[in-house]
Amino acid sequence: MKAAPRTIRIEVLRYRPEQDKEPVVQGFDVPFTDDMSVLQGLQYIKDEFDGTLSFRWSCRMAICGSCGMMINGVPKLSCSTFLRDLYPNTVRVEALAHFPIERDLVIVLDDFITKLHKIKPYIIPKEPRALSQGEYLQTPEQMAQYEQFSACINCMLCYAACPQYGLNSSFIGPAAMALVHRYNLDNRDGGRAERDPYVHSEEGVFNCTAVGYCSEVCPKDVDPANAVNINKTESAKDYFLRFLKPKGAQA
Amino acid sequence: METFKADVAIVGAGGAGLRAAIAVAKKDPKLKIALISKVYPMRSHTVAAEGGAAGVVQAHDSLEHHFHDTVAGGDWLCEQDVVDYFVAHCTEEMVQLEHWGCPWSRKPDGHVNVRAFGGMKIERTWFAADKSGFHMLHTLFQTSLQFPSITRFDEHFCVDLLVEDGRAQGAVAINVASGEFVMIEAKSVVIATGGAGRVFRENTNGGIVTGDGMALAYRHGVPLRDMEFVQYHPTCMPGTGLLFTEACRGEGGFLVNKDGYRYLQDYGLGPAEPTPRNKAMELGPRDRLSQAFWYEQQKGRTIEGIHGSAVHLDLRHLGHKKLRERLPQICELAEEFMGIDPAKAPIPVRPAVHYTMGGILVDGNCASPLPGLYAAGECSSVGIHGANRLGSNSLSEICVFGKVAGDHAADFARSAKSAPSATLQKQADAAQMRALSLVRGNKGTERISVLRREMAETMERGCGIYRLGDEMQKTCNELENLRERYKRVKVDDTSSVFNTEWLLAIELGYQLQVAQAMAVSALNRKESRGAHQRLDDYKLRDDANYLMHTLATSAGDGPPVISYGEVKITHLPPGVRAYGAAGEAADAASKAKSAEGKAP
Repeated sequence: MKAAPRTIRIEVLRYRPEQDKEPVVQGFDVPFTDDMSVLQGLQYIKDEFDGTLSFRWSCRMAICGSCGMMINGVPKLSCSTFLRDLYPNTVRVEALAHFPIERDLVIVLDDFITKLHKIKPYIIPKEPRALSQGEYLQTPEQMAQYEQFSACINCMLCYAACPQYGLNSSFIGPAAMALVHRYNLDNRDGGRAERDPYVHSEEGVFNCTAVGYCSEVCPKDVDPANAVNINKTESAKDYFLRFLKPKGAQA
Repeated sequence: METFKADVAIVGAGGAGLRAAIAVAKKDPKLKIALISKVYPMRSHTVAAEGGAAGVVQAHDSLEHHFHDTVAGGDWLCEQDVVDYFVAHCTEEMVQLEHWGCPWSRKPDGHVNVRAFGGMKIERTWFAADKSGFHMLHTLFQTSLQFPSITRFDEHFCVDLLVEDGRAQGAVAINVASGEFVMIEAKSVVIATGGAGRVFRENTNGGIVTGDGMALAYRHGVPLRDMEFVQYHPTCMPGTGLLFTEACRGEGGFLVNKDGYRYLQDYGLGPAEPTPRNKAMELGPRDRLSQAFWYEQQKGRTIEGIHGSAVHLDLRHLGHKKLRERLPQICELAEEFMGIDPAKAPIPVRPAVHYTMGGILVDGNCASPLPGLYAAGECSSVGIHGANRLGSNSLSEICVFGKVAGDHAADFARSAKSAPSATLQKQADAAQMRALSLVRGNKGTERISVLRREMAETMERGCGIYRLGDEMQKTCNELENLRERYKRVKVDDTSSVFNTEWLLAIELGYQLQVAQAMAVSALNRKESRGAHQRLDDYKLRDDANYLMHTLATSAGDGPPVISYGEVKITHLPPGVRAYGAAGEAADAASKAKSAEGKAP
C-alpha cells in the first residue's frame, strides 16, 4: 500500500559569501516518504524550490564521505539519516561545525588535506618486496590489528565532534590520527619513525582531552579516540625511554 | 586566467586516474603531472565498488580460463588481443595494490583469499570484505601522496580539452571553490572520468557519474564505441538503486520469486543446488540474471512494492557471523536503509543500471584516435567487456589500464613539444566564455531537474533490459528534443563560489550527448547480444552482420553518425554462450573435440 507523503519542515543554514554578511536560516516544507534521507530532502529542495542551495554529495550509500553535516546539532551523514526518524519535528541542517564555511552546507577541507600529506599515509616498507615475489604474508590476526582504522571514509564528522579541534585547528585530530595508527600497526610497514615526530609534536596526540565524542559520531566504527589514546601512551613511553637509552641510539 | 604547465594532464582521480598518475610519476619523476578532479579523489565513484577485482591465483585456474570467461561473458564483442594482455596483468596489479597496503581479505596462512563471482569459472576475485573499491581507492589515493610530481586540482571541474595541431594539449577547468578558470597545458592528456549511469533513472551510481570525459572526447571528434551496451545489475535496492554486491551470491545467496522459488533454473541457468556452483544459477552473468527478472515480472511472479516489482535476495542461510565478516556493508545498507536484518529476512531487490560497457574508443595502449589523448577505466572502451562485463573485471581494469594509459601518456609527453601558449590561451578563453554564458545573462526557461528527469525516464523506457525498435526511436526523438530545450536551460544561481547549479547544467549537457550516443547506437544494432536485447524482429545474435563494434561520432547539434569497426578475434571464435548444466556440457564437448584434434 502506498502511504500518502507527509510533509516535514527543513531549516537550512544558508551562507552565500557574495551576498550574505552572515549565515541566515531558510525554511522549506518538504514532502517525504518513509525511505527518504535528509540528503534526498535537500535534493528535493534544490530540484523543486531553490536551485541555489549548495551541498556536497555523491554515493548516497555512506561510503564516499561527501555529505557530512550538522543535523539537529549532531554531525551526521545526510544520506544515511532518515527523515522518518526526525518527523514530526523540524530538521535543522547546518555545515559541519569547526570548519570554515565555503558556502551553505559546504565546508573548507584544505586543513585536513594538508594533514593527510603530513602523516605519510602509505606503506613505507619494512622490507622491500618485488612484484615477482608475490604478496606480503599477513594473517587474519595481523590484519585485525589495523583493519578497523583503515575503514575511515574521511567524512570529517569526528572533527566536527572534537572540542579540541574546535579550539585549535592545528591539532592533528581524530581521523588523521586513526590513519597514522592504521599504517603504524600494519606488519608490512616500517614507517613509524618517520610519522612519530608529527604525532608527538605540539600539534600531535597530546592535545586530545579524551572526550571520546569523535568515536561516538563515527559512521564506520573506526574508533579514532582509541587510536589517539593508544598513541598517547606510546608517545609518553617514548618520551621517558629517551632518558634511559645511551646517546645516539634509535628511538 | 591562471595557467599551469604540465607534461601529463589527467582528468578524473578515481582508481584509473590515480593509477595513471602513479604510473607517470614512477616512470619519470621529472614529468609534471596535473591531476584534475571535480571532487576530492576519495569521493570518486570507485569508492562504491563492493565485490572485488579479478586476478588468477589458484593452481587449478589459468589465464586461458579468465580469457574464456571474459570473451564468452562479453558475447564475443571483446578485443581478444586486449583481453589477453588484461588477464596476463591483473594479478600483478593486485599484488602491487597489496604492496601499497590494500587490506585484501586473507586466508589463515596469510595469503590473499579469493571468492566466486558471476560468470567466472574458477574463484579469482580478490576482495577486501565487501568494500573492495573503497579500499582500492583509498590505497591508491594515499599512495599517490608520496609523489611530489603530482599536482592535484581537487574540486576542479573540467569544461573542455585543448586541442591544437591535431593533438590534445591540455584542459580548461573551473575551480569550484572560487568559480575561477584554470588553463592546464599538457603534452598529453588522460581521461579517466568513469561511466555515465546517471543518464538512467534507477541506477547504482553516485551523483557525479555523468559521462563528462566521454562527452569531452566526443565533442572533439573521438568516437564513442559500443555505447548501446549498458549493464543492469540484478540486485539493487528498489527506488534508490543502491547496490547489493554480486558477492552476496558469490558467498552463497539465493534469488527467489514471490513463491520462494529459485526462478533462475527456468532460464537455462540450472540445476538449482544448495551450494553455489560457478557459472550457474545465481552465479550466472549479470545480463542473463537481469533478463530473467524481467520475465518473472511479466509472469506476475515478483513481489510488488511502492518502488515497483522486486524479487528476494535471500542470505539467511549464510548466518549472522559469515554475513558480518564477508558482507558487512551489505548488512549495514539493509539495516540502515531498509530496516532488514539479512540474517533474519530476505532483501527485496530489482535490477538497476550499473555500468557503461562502451566508452571512448582507444586501442590496447589506451590511445584514442586523437594523438596525445588517452583514456582508461569505465569512460573508455579498450575492448575487454564486449557486450556484457563480468563482475570484478572492472576493478582490475582500472589498475591494469590506468597503468598502461599513464605509461603511454608519459612516453608521448616526453617526445612531444608544447604549442605556443598564446594559441592555447585563445581556446581556453573561448571555453570560458561558453561556460560562463550559462550563468551570465541567462534568460532560460527550462529547469535542469525537469530536463534531467525526462532524459532519465526516456532512457529507461527505450534502452532498458529489453528494447523495441519503435521505443528506441521514440527515445532518440525525445533526446533530440531535449537537446534543443537544453539550449534554453535555466540557471538561477549566478554566484561564483561553489555554484553547484552551474555545474549541474554543464553536466546535463554532457549527459544528453552521451545518452544520445547510447540510444542511437542501440537503435541501429539490429540484433540481440549481451546487454542489448531486442524483443522485436531481432531477438537473436547475428554474427554475420553485427559481430562489429558500433562507433558513434558526433555530428554537432544533431544525433551521432553511426559506423562500424571490426572485432579482433585471435583464437576464440564466436560460440554458444551457455551457463549452468548446458554450459558444462558445452565445455566438455569442446574439450573432447580439442583432445581429438591433438590425437596423432
